[in-house]
Amino acid sequence: MSKPITASDKPLLSVRDLRKSYGDREILKGISFDLTAGETLVLIGPSGSGKTTVLRCLNHLETPSGGEITLAGDTVGGSYVGEAARWEPMSETKLALQRRKFGFVFQRFNLFPHLTALQNVAIGPRKVLGLSKAAAEAKAAEQLARVSLADHMDKLPSQLSGGQQQRVAIARALAMEPRLILFDEPTSALDPELVHEVLDVMGALAREGMTMIVVTHEMSFARQVADRLIFMANGYIVEEGPPDDIFSAPREEKTKRFLTHVLNR
Amino acid sequence: MSIDWAIVEMAIPLLAEGTVMTLRISALAAVFGLLGGIALGLISLGGWTWARWAVRAYVDFIRGTPLLIQIFIVFFGLPMTGFRLGEFWAGVIALSLNSAGYIAEIVRGTVGSVEKGQTEAAKSIGMTRGKILLYVLLPQSIRPMMPALTNDLITLVKNTSLLSVISVYELTRSGQAIIASHFVPLEIFALLAIYYYVIISALSYISRLIERRVPAW
Repeated sequence: MSKPITASDKPLLSVRDLRKSYGDREILKGISFDLTAGETLVLIGPSGSGKTTVLRCLNHLETPSGGEITLAGDTVGGSYVGEAARWEPMSETKLALQRRKFGFVFQRFNLFPHLTALQNVAIGPRKVLGLSKAAAEAKAAEQLARVSLADHMDKLPSQLSGGQQQRVAIARALAMEPRLILFDEPTSALDPELVHEVLDVMGALAREGMTMIVVTHEMSFARQVADRLIFMANGYIVEEGPPDDIFSAPREEKTKRFLTHVLNR
Repeated sequence: MSIDWAIVEMAIPLLAEGTVMTLRISALAAVFGLLGGIALGLISLGGWTWARWAVRAYVDFIRGTPLLIQIFIVFFGLPMTGFRLGEFWAGVIALSLNSAGYIAEIVRGTVGSVEKGQTEAAKSIGMTRGKILLYVLLPQSIRPMMPALTNDLITLVKNTSLLSVISVYELTRSGQAIIASHFVPLEIFALLAIYYYVIISALSYISRLIERRVPAW
């Protein structure tokens, strides 16, 4: 399943020594990894390990406390200037331009409750990309069809099931034509019988070559869809590699214990 | 105690004239106050720090001083800045400025309490703060704002009576004129109370109708 990655491939996303603290509490203690275009990376680990914080730092929903994130060669959120390498954050407008290159799918969907499914997806192309109303809605309809929701375009989020809402949220991210999509536990808030419809959509995106980083507790999804797996604990990357290797022969004791625990649930 | 019914009969149409003026002033001040209040409220949630502080100071002044004083300041202050607008517009402006201060607080409180995930989702598709406020947070806040806005409108209508001090010929002032020539204070003030009560009951009713028509999700 994993795609061939050649040495000439420059990473699309590069994360170096990413750190995040809240007061004295250090949540991320230096995270580094690369991501190649088309790759699907899955982050697993016990709760509190910092997986979600990594995602939220990537598109600066949280401001990192240190380190550097580069997307297609551009540093995200600001730049290091001068000999002292002082961090200089960029303006909100510039940051917004960078943010839209990252799609983000939230655990609790965060759809706009006052807008229909179609409007939820169209509002980005319309108000951010500046498309005409007709063009934005055509684009939105196309993305909703892609997540099999063509029949529900005019419904409000409150009239949709959790699985449908999460698929609208995926369509909303797709409509911005992001370079990669970040999924933050996208199925954790769903009833068990609705989980598969969201995972199916994500699997299809991965096969189509969308670049994705997924934080999830769905181990079978991780095993089947991930090109690469990162296991995190206590703010560190403990182990990373192809999912089959990690699942069948984890090198680290912590990984072993975690996998034994979640797979025997 | 006897009630002078002849006076009451004579006063009813005279007070109706004052009522028209009260309604005109209320309507104008409500529109200006609402627009100004929304603008100030959004600014106080926006990105310009200095503007936020200016709004803060403005709201503090409006809340911290009596409306009567604010009316006098506008009435005597405006001509000094070169605007000769007369008592009607001085009254409308004073009430609008006052109402805008209170509505700014309502807007700030309601829009600011929309769930954080909404802002994050809007950011994730590349929206900047102004667009987030305008297209995501404000539309969701309209319904929850309605009861507080209705309260503010009711207060505004009652506050128009204070404009009698700058001789705007509104409801209260028209009653005072009758009292001055016939000396029947009880009858007239009782009538005035009824007039205000009816106006405000009607407004509350209309506002409830509107509130029910604003969509909820």
